[in-house]
Amino acid sequence: MITTGLDILVVFVLAAFLGYEVISKVPSILHTPLMSGSNAIHGVILVGTMVIADEAHGILQILLSLFAVILATLNIVGGVVVTDRMLEMFKGRERPSTTSGSQTGK
Amino acid sequence: MIASTIPNNSLVGGYLVSAACFVVALKALSSPKRARWGNLIGVGGMVVAVGLTLADSHAGPGGIIPIGMVIGAVIGAPVSRRVRMTAMPQLVAVFNGVGGGAAAIVSTVDFLHSQPGRPGSVHILEMVFGLVIGSASISGSFIAFAKLQELLTGRPITFPGQHAVHAAVVTAVAAVGAWTIVDPHLPGFALLAVLAVGLGVGLCLPVGGADTPVLISMLNSLTGLAVAADGFALDNMILVVAGTLVGTSGALLTKMMSDAMGRSLSNIILGGLTTAGSTELLGTTAGARTVRSAGHEDIGPLLAFSRRVIIVPGYGLAVAQAQHTVVELARELEKRGVEVSYAIHPVAGRMPGHMNVLLAEANVPYESLDDLDEANAKFAGADVALVVGANDVVNPAARDDPGSPLFGMPILNADQATHIVFMKRSMRPGFSGVDNALLYDPKTVLLFGDAKESLSKLLIAIRNT
Repeated sequence: MITTGLDILVVFVLAAFLGYEVISKVPSILHTPLMSGSNAIHGVILVGTMVIADEAHGILQILLSLFAVILATLNIVGGVVVTDRMLEMFKGRERPSTTSGSQTGK
Repeated sequence: MIASTIPNNSLVGGYLVSAACFVVALKALSSPKRARWGNLIGVGGMVVAVGLTLADSHAGPGGIIPIGMVIGAVIGAPVSRRVRMTAMPQLVAVFNGVGGGAAAIVSTVDFLHSQPGRPGSVHILEMVFGLVIGSASISGSFIAFAKLQELLTGRPITFPGQHAVHAAVVTAVAAVGAWTIVDPHLPGFALLAVLAVGLGVGLCLPVGGADTPVLISMLNSLTGLAVAADGFALDNMILVVAGTLVGTSGALLTKMMSDAMGRSLSNIILGGLTTAGSTELLGTTAGARTVRSAGHEDIGPLLAFSRRVIIVPGYGLAVAQAQHTVVELARELEKRGVEVSYAIHPVAGRMPGHMNVLLAEANVPYESLDDLDEANAKFAGADVALVVGANDVVNPAARDDPGSPLFGMPILNADQATHIVFMKRSMRPGFSGVDNALLYDPKTVLLFGDAKESLSKLLIAIRNT
């Protein structure tokens, strides 16, 4: 990628502001799913682990890189599935109460 | 520069698409209607970023990249799918920790690549940041996990001289960090990792159990910053953007969560250190006061002949898997013309929104769930407040006693109901380790036993009335 040190600093500053502005007034019931969802997003470190794994030489670096790839994949997969399971519960709540009543009967 | 990524417009373009997906995902996740969709957009962004990187790089020596991804997915998917909803908060802590660990390892291997030799000062600074924040995040997350899993006590863990030890560790991290930047060498880098792990442990041990969600949110934000630091070190745009987004949005979320609990962030992080003494004091005075307890055959008719009953569910209800029984009890009461509602504290359960999720799982209709303000408007007119497995969220000391470690946390005013039925397994204090003044209220009747068993017996008692 073509970047200079300064370019990436500009991107960093803009992303910092964007992160702060993009979430506003989150209802408290969504605090936990939002935390879990952004937890999944920092799993993008998988990209970083792929870059270092590709360059790894020597048994120590290879084992460390392999471990890092495993951890980062766990972060993504786990984060996404957990968030989805939490939000799946909310979907049920938005249905009219008549359906939830009939479900309880089973 | 270690990054081998070929200057390539499609890669930059792809990372831009991916970054946009993450922004939209965060935005959607903060609105109830689009939250689930937002999570999927995040997955889309991830697939683009990872797919392009995979296409750009090779499989790594011995194919470790695909092998690692398969192992991670094979472990992660079933664990996260099977774990019970009650254990979700711990799982979030763990997945945050592994992300921090991955970030710390990326810094380490990047450093190893540069050896022997002398990386530029800016590059080594970036690696040091990634290592320190990532390592502190992984150790902190596992302390948070241990607290939530109750492998460690929920009380703040303190010891004499804690402040001095903290200060020493922070100073050591700064000193060794500066030394490593001036004179990059492996022993210094390794020592820094060990010190940062200590820093994470030291940061999290004194935080009380009830404050753990805020702690996890803060660690989540820190992991984001570690990822961003790695992005600087590897000169990788998507790591910088995504890491920074999570870092700053996470910081804001942490503040919102502590506001929802009526606690200041500094109070949570340092609170354990200052209030440890008074916690012990409350614990020892507990035995001296008297409580009133009754059996289900007394309480059943009390409920059956009430006009308004407010159920205050807590984590104990979820642990006993008693959601369905409590719903059955509520239906039986409603059949007799009793008005039943549920009072949901924002942090009931182990995390904000946790109790809503657990009750939704038991198909409790949305309309009968009252939030803090709605419920508090109703307690004074209620005949019975039925507290099932909740504790700290109904402790009047949080409202009335400035000396209490819980002081300032908004509570459900269950003590304003005419009668309070407190279902408890034992006299053990709540997750925060603070004794509950409501137990000693003359209007309170205790019903000891496992939540599910007690509720079933109550149900029979009501049917026989």
